Amino acid sequence: MELRKSYFADQRKDDLHEIGQPRPRSDSPGHVTGKTAYFADRNFPGMLYLRMVRSPHHHARIRSIDTSEAQMHPGVVKILTAKDVPHNVYTILILIQIGPEDETVLADGKVRWKGEAVVAVLAETERAAQEAAAKVKIDYEVLPAVFDMEEALKPGAPVVNEYHGRNYYLYDSGECRKVRFGDVEAGFAGADHVLEQTYQSSPIEHAPTETTGCIVAPEGNDRFTCYTNTQAMFFTLDNASIILQMPGNRLHFVGGTVGGGFGGKVDVIVEPIAILGAKLTGRPVSFIYSREEEMQISSPRAAEKVVIKDGVMKDGRIVARKVTGYTDAGAYSRHSPYGAQKGAGHYPGPYTIPNVWIDTYCVYTNRTPSSAMRGFGVTIGDFALEVQMDKLARLIGMDPLEFRFINAYRDGDMKAHRQATEGAALIECMQEASRAANWPVAEKFMAMSSYAKGA
Amino acid sequence: MAKTPVQFTLNGAEKAEFIDSGATLLNALRDKIGDTSPKGGCHQGTCGACSVIIDGELRLSCLTLAETCNGAAITTTSGLSQGGVLHPLQRAFLDAFASQCGFCTPGMIMAAKVLLDRTPNPTRDEVVEALSGNICRCTGYEPIIQAVLTAARSNSQNAA
Repeated sequence: MELRKSYFADQRKDDLHEIGQPRPRSDSPGHVTGKTAYFADRNFPGMLYLRMVRSPHHHARIRSIDTSEAQMHPGVVKILTAKDVPHNVYTILILIQIGPEDETVLADGKVRWKGEAVVAVLAETERAAQEAAAKVKIDYEVLPAVFDMEEALKPGAPVVNEYHGRNYYLYDSGECRKVRFGDVEAGFAGADHVLEQTYQSSPIEHAPTETTGCIVAPEGNDRFTCYTNTQAMFFTLDNASIILQMPGNRLHFVGGTVGGGFGGKVDVIVEPIAILGAKLTGRPVSFIYSREEEMQISSPRAAEKVVIKDGVMKDGRIVARKVTGYTDAGAYSRHSPYGAQKGAGHYPGPYTIPNVWIDTYCVYTNRTPSSAMRGFGVTIGDFALEVQMDKLARLIGMDPLEFRFINAYRDGDMKAHRQATEGAALIECMQEASRAANWPVAEKFMAMSSYAKGA
Repeated sequence: MAKTPVQFTLNGAEKAEFIDSGATLLNALRDKIGDTSPKGGCHQGTCGACSVIIDGELRLSCLTLAETCNGAAITTTSGLSQGGVLHPLQRAFLDAFASQCGFCTPGMIMAAKVLLDRTPNPTRDEVVEALSGNICRCTGYEPIIQAVLTAARSNSQNAA
């Protein structure tokens, strides 16, 4: 598809040398020859293998942990529990002051999701680590669990995470992120039609072909080199520094080559415990998720629920929008308070609506902790919003594309979070889409521009 | 643990190693011999990232016991380029943006090579069928299919 020169002609330069030209990716020669070095392509003599003993329960108190039999398994070198981790309770976003710390590196007294790491076993071979892990005996008192966000928000629901003390994240704005603009109830009262719909999604796993992992090699000088496929190198280094109570200058992270991430490798999960293992044994440590772990343990995209209520006029204008969004964080925050917050900013959509009310909740349940995935906080919201737009157009008997032209935001329009729109290009995108899809719209819409109202 | 001596050729070079009983060819290649071009994505025969060619057949090295490879001729993607010149498949993958994260690429190239060795001018359906055991999570497959078709065309031009 060619970029039409009529769009934004005053902002265009036609002497570009790179844009529009195919350029080889700098990493492709390594990929096609098999020379690209992924973290697991390193091999160190004397390397130990780390396996986690994981909770079989969704919610349980740990009465006791007995590692004596596992300790005696041939090949076992070290077994780690919560008390071995210098700063065991952490949260990733503490680096940008989003607390409280609410997650354990190794479970301490309680497990909050099925699959939570409780005991780490380090052994000479993967097989020995696996066999020994099976010999760790943990006595659990199973607690009632909650899996549904609405159930979790009801009074009397089991409290998932004591570090929050309630099953939702407490923002500085209260129990949810809020956007208030105009008078939404007056907007509904004056609307020709009001449509309320609920949209829900399930967790989605990224399923990268390369599973999450790292290899840590102790240097002789009390420094540690961590080869990792993290997507968040400095977040991981800084969180490892906090968890291990070790200055960052003793941690050397090597990475940047990721065999598929899609957001699934931004959490800080494998590196701190592997570095601790290397520190306590003085040997290189490999901690690589099995395919099963990648599918069941790594954070998925959050389940979401979105309730959208719109007031619309017969002429196509949306006059009021109220959205309540719920993000299922699972048992721990990770990136979900941020994801839910993004939703609050996003739910008005790329449309100019005079009356808007948004509440977004980050809810804790006993499900696998969710986190980042390709546009988390907005992708499911976009699905919901655009299905809603189609339904609204149908309701008033209007072409769905023309309906979007009527409501599209343009430069200078005030958005619900009180930032004036700049650099809008929705009109032009829809004009091009109309041509490309052979979905004609009225000539007045093809004559519109993002630059000015009434143009 | 008991060790088994194993001898085979890898990309034309003689290799001899003592292998742990039960070790997979994938682990033997990566950990013992140092050829890390086959990747371990699932270790259960479902993703195709570990694909290699054994005596002309496409094989999953994660499901192949190393000790069964005595006397075999094994080819991996790391052995395809000759004297710094890329194999036509490697060239085509590069030019067609057929690799993004690159983790599936060596396995894809192995599957494509076995196809083109047998069927020099495949149809698109034959390419799709030949790659159906290899999972890619980045590209959506289309650039990979195009790369294989392009490599086939450049091969037949060279032959003519």
